[in-house]
Amino acid sequence: MSPDDPSPVTRWGRLLGALVALGTTARAAARRGPVPRPPGAGEVDPSERTVPASPRAESIVAVLLLLAAVFAFAFTVLYIVLSGNTQLLGIAMGGALLLLAVACIVAGKLVVPQETHVEERGPLLVEEETEEVIHIIEAGGQGISRRALLVGAGGVAGAALLTATATPLASLGPTLGPLHHTPWARGVRLVDDEARPYLASDIQIGTFYTALPEHGDPEAFGAGLLVVRLPANFIDLPAARRDWAPYGILAYSKICPHAGCAISLYRYPTYAPTSQIPAFTCPCHYSTFLPGEGGRLIFGPAGRALPQLPLMVDGQGYLRAAGPFHEDIGPSWWGVHRSQS
Amino acid sequence: MNPIERYVHRRFARVSRSAEQRVGLAAGVRWALRYVFPDHWSFLLGEIALYSFIVLVATGIYLTLFYIPSDSQVIYHGPYALLQGEQMSEAYRSVLNISFTVPAGLLFRQVHHWAADVFIASIVLHLIRIFFTGAYRKPRDLNYFIGLTMLMLAILEGFAGYSLVDDLLSGMGLAIAYGVAVAIPGIGGQFATLIWGGPFPGNSTFWPRLEIVHVLLIPVTLAVLITLHLVMIMRQHHSQFPGPGRRERNVVGTPTWPAYALRSIGLMLAVAGVLFLLGGLIQINPIWQWGPYHPYLSENGAQPDWYIGWLIGALRLMPNWELVISGRTVIPNPFWGGAAFPLFVFAIMFAWPAIERRFTGDVRRHDLLERPRDRPIRTAIGAGFLSWVVIVFAVGSTDRIFYRLGVSYTLQIHVWRVGIWIIPIVVFFVTLSACRALQRTGAHPLRAWQGQVIQRTGDGRVEVLAGSPDRDTPPISEPPVGTAPAEEARSR
Amino acid sequence: MTRVFMRWLTRRSRIPPLLRLTLAIILGAIAIVALAAPGSRGQSAATTIPGGPASEFNAPTKSPDPPGAGNPTRSFPDSPALRARGFTLYQSSCSSCHGIALQGTPGVAPSLRGVGPGPVDFYVSTGRMPLDQPRSQPLRNPPLFNRSDIDALIAYISSFGGPPAPTADPARGDLALGFHQFTLHCAGCHQIVARGGITVNAQIPDLQEATPEEIAEAVRMGPYLMPHFDAKQIDQHQLDSIVRYVLWTRKPDNAGGWGIYNIGPIPEGIVAWFIGLTALVIVARLIGERMDEPV
Repeated sequence: MSPDDPSPVTRWGRLLGALVALGTTARAAARRGPVPRPPGAGEVDPSERTVPASPRAESIVAVLLLLAAVFAFAFTVLYIVLSGNTQLLGIAMGGALLLLAVACIVAGKLVVPQETHVEERGPLLVEEETEEVIHIIEAGGQGISRRALLVGAGGVAGAALLTATATPLASLGPTLGPLHHTPWARGVRLVDDEARPYLASDIQIGTFYTALPEHGDPEAFGAGLLVVRLPANFIDLPAARRDWAPYGILAYSKICPHAGCAISLYRYPTYAPTSQIPAFTCPCHYSTFLPGEGGRLIFGPAGRALPQLPLMVDGQGYLRAAGPFHEDIGPSWWGVHRSQS
Repeated sequence: MNPIERYVHRRFARVSRSAEQRVGLAAGVRWALRYVFPDHWSFLLGEIALYSFIVLVATGIYLTLFYIPSDSQVIYHGPYALLQGEQMSEAYRSVLNISFTVPAGLLFRQVHHWAADVFIASIVLHLIRIFFTGAYRKPRDLNYFIGLTMLMLAILEGFAGYSLVDDLLSGMGLAIAYGVAVAIPGIGGQFATLIWGGPFPGNSTFWPRLEIVHVLLIPVTLAVLITLHLVMIMRQHHSQFPGPGRRERNVVGTPTWPAYALRSIGLMLAVAGVLFLLGGLIQINPIWQWGPYHPYLSENGAQPDWYIGWLIGALRLMPNWELVISGRTVIPNPFWGGAAFPLFVFAIMFAWPAIERRFTGDVRRHDLLERPRDRPIRTAIGAGFLSWVVIVFAVGSTDRIFYRLGVSYTLQIHVWRVGIWIIPIVVFFVTLSACRALQRTGAHPLRAWQGQVIQRTGDGRVEVLAGSPDRDTPPISEPPVGTAPAEEARSR
Repeated sequence: MTRVFMRWLTRRSRIPPLLRLTLAIILGAIAIVALAAPGSRGQSAATTIPGGPASEFNAPTKSPDPPGAGNPTRSFPDSPALRARGFTLYQSSCSSCHGIALQGTPGVAPSLRGVGPGPVDFYVSTGRMPLDQPRSQPLRNPPLFNRSDIDALIAYISSFGGPPAPTADPARGDLALGFHQFTLHCAGCHQIVARGGITVNAQIPDLQEATPEEIAEAVRMGPYLMPHFDAKQIDQHQLDSIVRYVLWTRKPDNAGGWGIYNIGPIPEGIVAWFIGLTALVIVARLIGERMDEPV
């Protein structure tokens, strides 16, 4: 499939798998099926005990144990000598454990006495005992005249205490305000990931740029922007956003409004008539948005359009935000505003 | 008895007696040593999960000694060349160090991760066995609920574990988890900010919180629930398949000491051995290849670990429905696939024993298991439901299918949106008729081969040369001793 | 044998007519849906522009970026004889779509005037062109032409002008910088270890077979749906570094063992279920029941 295929590992793995499968099949085929008893065999007592005497099995177990010791010892040696080699360490430890496993299983099946035992199940519910328990518990309340009051008061106290102990959980997080504040506001310059500001003339048609806010926290959820430039024939913005895209440069939040992944797929056709119009796609659940149409969704599970950031170009030609986002960025939540489009 | 053995025997007897004078446990120990385990391989699936958990705890403790739960940004200057000078969180750097500078650290990390994948897989297989043999019926329904709770916790635990790394893949996963958390109607925003300590990616207390959840809260809860699970099994004794001499009121099998104990220890060592071989030879989650996470980065084909695969599948399959009232979102889209769907699946599984009781009216105690074919309707419902969930898992890999096989992504999504409702119904009916056919023929698809080798002689006679092991004896015309499926079916 | 087959062909169907009709309708409906649905290489009508931009020369929607001032370029052989051979090859293999004078055919293929040698080399030497169907996605294939024919085509087509072809020298690149730049610009589509991926209606190739020249050409021109990056966005040193990183992904650092294709958790889940758990279930199967005959 791919060139990095380390054939020895695969080949050994396959060989091992085949051997195990073969062994199982052979065993299953050779085994006698359960001997069905004639009807009415319910009284048959299946108990039995056989004491094996198999010196051969005992020596096999001994050999396996010693081999396991060799592997385990090899682990220590490898750790000291070649501490970096995960493969050898894994084989040493795994081999030691598997050899021990085989030793235990062989011992459990061939060396120690084999026994089938029948144990009777007692009833789980014993009426008299249950009655007695109920009686003892209820007897503890003898002589109390206002039982309901006490139980009620106790319940209230318990509930109040429980609430009191649970309240500090609220200090885990801030109480909810506007959820996703972004560092974007009118005048903030767009910079690249090395903090160099973008000139409007830097932005080419047919590619995408990741922009971050100047002096803003790049790790903030709403910091990342997708910036693209489109020729006029691909742009069809809602009327209210006509001046959001100077020179055809458009900026969108990089965070998908579906589940919050960063959008990092931008497709731009080499020849539009035989392929597709420019679009952003989120690589997590493949929601697809049109940058030319205000981030309209054309495929996928996102419930709303990709939020657009209005842009402007300052006197020196630098790209700046012309205002904050007009809707919430990031995944939708209760009460989030949808854009008008 | 040679002198050494005699000496050992004397010492052992003396030590036992001396311990007994202080704690007096002989009766209990005797009970434990004679406790009977019914023999069937499918009863060991739960043990595989238990032993994976032990491996997880052991390797996890080792990893905890090196992990730093911190999001402070540092510059990497370790031995890994491709990340030289890269800005990253301290958490991610500490896991890079586990992988490259701590001796045997990568081995333990990989064993831990494989153990997690196998742990949850074995729980699921165990659950499937429990369901299709009716082992969740009274008195084991309570234990079934504990098991389901542990499955939910295990999935959460796994997600928390790989999220701790703060690599690109896990960062994208956390972003989606946050997206699902805020999508919970009404309380979502508050709920998510409580967990993250603020809007995504959260404040710096989030990382210690995630670590405590992963290394303390969930593991301790799991350990307590495992103990409960086992105590309840021991109190009720194992269930068993019907067979000669096996009745509702007894349990037939191998006593703990010595044969079963040795076999079970053997299984534990085999689990650890397989996991160490996987951890040493097959790479899992090569975090150095994913690079550090920043909220503005993502990669194509990002996937969660397998046990979260159904959630990414559900998120992708769901049409872009949101409940919007006067321009305000009330139920955001990720809620359906990321929260409602898994909760619904678990709710159905929790409700199943009650649903079945309601239809069969069977409130008796059951200690004998049922073969799947003897309860065709339950088996068919289970298979249909399972296929419903498995399809959603498959949808989680639609992108790789498009990439590999060229089947258009949009076409796949459209087909699955229909198929998810049709295929389970087909599976239901196919299973139903398969069960009935098996009941009629008495064949055993899981045992040996079923055929007969026959030869037609010159004069047209058919001569049987060899039969399958199960066919050597005439088929049993009556149900196995101890069950009364036909009778119970009538009482429904 | 033939008789049996004929009998089978001519025998009366045992399926009742009503059921047959239903089956035929269902199968027909499936066929229609399958044909009408967007195929892997087709496009859904909703996302395709019918006419395309009105342009005199039927120009492509984006044109290749020059390598940037002072940056190395790649030279190709050129001679009148080569151009003449290129002309013949072009007329027989390319002109039906791109036009007899490279002017393109509206709605079918763009003009090739002024594209320069880079795109010709990229598309033809990776077998992406010639394309059977104008609407198909050009994917890597065994090339139709040998090297000297490709050089002839390049000589002919670049005689109509265009920027020189870029090139890259991985030896001058920096691996860490390459990884960083690849993550920022490329991983969103090509996957972080360059194992390829998808966007909704197109497959995105893995890059393990790509040569340094092809990578440089692709970065500057943006083949098919890919963005193109000019020397301001990805400078020559960054390009060299990206190429070095992409070559590294042919044999990435799999310190953990077998890399299971370096695409993340899907193969890991398959290994967990079908190697890890299956091995353990086999162990359970072996020890779960008593052996009938002790050895």
